[in-house]
Amino acid sequence: MTEILSVDDLEIAFAGRSRGQVVKAVDHIGFKVHKGETFGVIGESGSGKSTLGRCIVCLLAPTGGRITHFGKDPFALSKAELREHRRSFQIIFQDPNSALDPRMTILESVREPLDVAGIGTRDERTLKALTMIDRVALAPELAHRYPHEISGGQKQRANIARALVLEPTLIVCDEVVAALDVSIQADMLNLFADLQRDFNLTYVFISHDLRVVAHVSDRVAVMYFGKIVELGPAGALMEKPLHPYTQALMSAEPEPVPVHMRNKQRVILKGEIPSALAPPSGCRFHTRCPLAVAECVAREPEWREIEPGRFVACHFAGQPVPAT
Amino acid sequence: MGVVLDRAEVSGAGAAATSSAAPLLSVRDLSVSFNDGDRWIQPLQNVSFDINPGEVVGIVGESGCGKSLTALSILGLLPLRGCKRTGQMMFEGQDLAALDESGMRKVRGRRIGMIFQEPMSALDPVFTVGDQITETVRAHFPVSRQEARERAVEALAAVGIPSPRNCVSMYPMSLSGGMRQRVMIAMALVCEPRLLIADEPTTALDVTIQAQIMDLLIELGTRTGTAILFITHNLGLVAESCARMLTMYAGQVVEDGPVADILLQPGHPYTAGLLGSLPQVRHRKSKLPSIAGRVPSAYEMPPGCRFAPRCSYVQPPCETLQALLARGARHVRCCRQDELTLPGAEA
Repeated sequence: MTEILSVDDLEIAFAGRSRGQVVKAVDHIGFKVHKGETFGVIGESGSGKSTLGRCIVCLLAPTGGRITHFGKDPFALSKAELREHRRSFQIIFQDPNSALDPRMTILESVREPLDVAGIGTRDERTLKALTMIDRVALAPELAHRYPHEISGGQKQRANIARALVLEPTLIVCDEVVAALDVSIQADMLNLFADLQRDFNLTYVFISHDLRVVAHVSDRVAVMYFGKIVELGPAGALMEKPLHPYTQALMSAEPEPVPVHMRNKQRVILKGEIPSALAPPSGCRFHTRCPLAVAECVAREPEWREIEPGRFVACHFAGQPVPAT
Repeated sequence: MGVVLDRAEVSGAGAAATSSAAPLLSVRDLSVSFNDGDRWIQPLQNVSFDINPGEVVGIVGESGCGKSLTALSILGLLPLRGCKRTGQMMFEGQDLAALDESGMRKVRGRRIGMIFQEPMSALDPVFTVGDQITETVRAHFPVSRQEARERAVEALAAVGIPSPRNCVSMYPMSLSGGMRQRVMIAMALVCEPRLLIADEPTTALDVTIQAQIMDLLIELGTRTGTAILFITHNLGLVAESCARMLTMYAGQVVEDGPVADILLQPGHPYTAGLLGSLPQVRHRKSKLPSIAGRVPSAYEMPPGCRFAPRCSYVQPPCETLQALLARGARHVRCCRQDELTLPGAEA
């Protein structure tokens, strides 16, 4: 398997409001992504998942550690080289409305990356953009419409086409279906799967929605407060979550089945996500964890491989969390 | 008028679940029309349902199906101009549709509480939490400032806010999303309403916080005997918290019945479609069944069954108007409901 992306000991810190204050949005995490796979990242708001996504496509520079694309550090490239390199690493954002220029037609928006890259003649670029618009199942007559004239689902398709025209290797999908209704969401997830097969794409699929991540991903990383707390193959992770936070996330997911058919235990976390300015000591999750003991407050759990391919950072990994 | 009225459905034909006790709220043939220049569009058509005292009823559907419009109509919060509301809404023996604005003011916040999706836009940023709850109390009860403030503190304590005495003097901006939604719940329940309308109360929250808030809502509802009309797009939340549910599609109720029955075997293809298009944790990477097309806009309503253009079970009879017909404890608006066996939830 070709390694496309490697994240090593990555840290992304921002300056806080007062002098000397530092907010670590991503705090020393590491993983690798291989060609053709879908790497899911799940976490709640403030967990650092979007910051991570932006760093992967070089929109944000790391403040510590490094990321490599095909074994090379993209931040070491010159400006011109980086511009060319970026074509292979695209990102699609959550809000389909704000990602499209309201003054450009869909065709112009989809063609714009090609115009910027200066590929082929104008006619060739138009043809390529139209092909891609067709490929994401947008009706050809919509190509000449403006964003306000089409629906949210159609706009998100346009954004996908726009990301695809430069024939990228990897696409970061940041909450791409969060703003859509379930039936449109289902269509979109099917489209992502088709495109991955046809173009041999690699996805980093970021979402707060456990169902969505579990459905599309081969491997899943669970983020909490800037850290990856658990990483493993999607099936195994969903079947038997090892970290108490993963267990809580899964039990909080409402299931559309009648009460008598439910077999899971409910774990309701107490408390709120802590402030990023004053991260808890030891294990970041200890303030909300039902298993927390003194050791969790004092010592940060190490990142260890419990089963082949399954990593977790918890002193009590695998221990079931008592139901509430 | 450019609207086709559903004449097949005369008053009462769409009566919802019958119960020995008188329903708390009984909505009959509620329709809402908006004037758009030279014509009228009707985004809500002949909606009928009942809510019994203490009952938790969910409304599900995609955006644009009329869920929120139903809530706003009950509360009398529709725009004054270019808007027509017809039908009857009997609430504790009084027709809300017949009340004028000053009458509605006595109902809103007192006998019917409400919670909306985005707590930050529902709270006033320049007043403290205490001021806002106190204002609600004093608008409905002849009590002193101190007394109202005490009630505010009690209400904040009841929704699980740590140190409620400090919270009353805080501004909404210094609270987290989950805490703001708790404040909204405290404000909605402080006057002990008989009915609480909660419109997507947890959609803006993280899933672990959502679980806390839902548990709180249901627990408070049960303890105070408050009925809840819970509007959501999340079928999972309805399954976990409601006894009865309504599915709305394109401004109509298409299914109404006990949640467990509907989930096991949906009666309407649209309910089945909503259920089927949810990604399943257990069936990874498989193709998701989706509902083709999208909700028609009020300008281009299909003449017969409104769901027919998207329905995979469509047949010639579907081109006629559909009535909401009883089927046991349920009501379904589908002419093929007796022949179809639709897939339901899997354990």
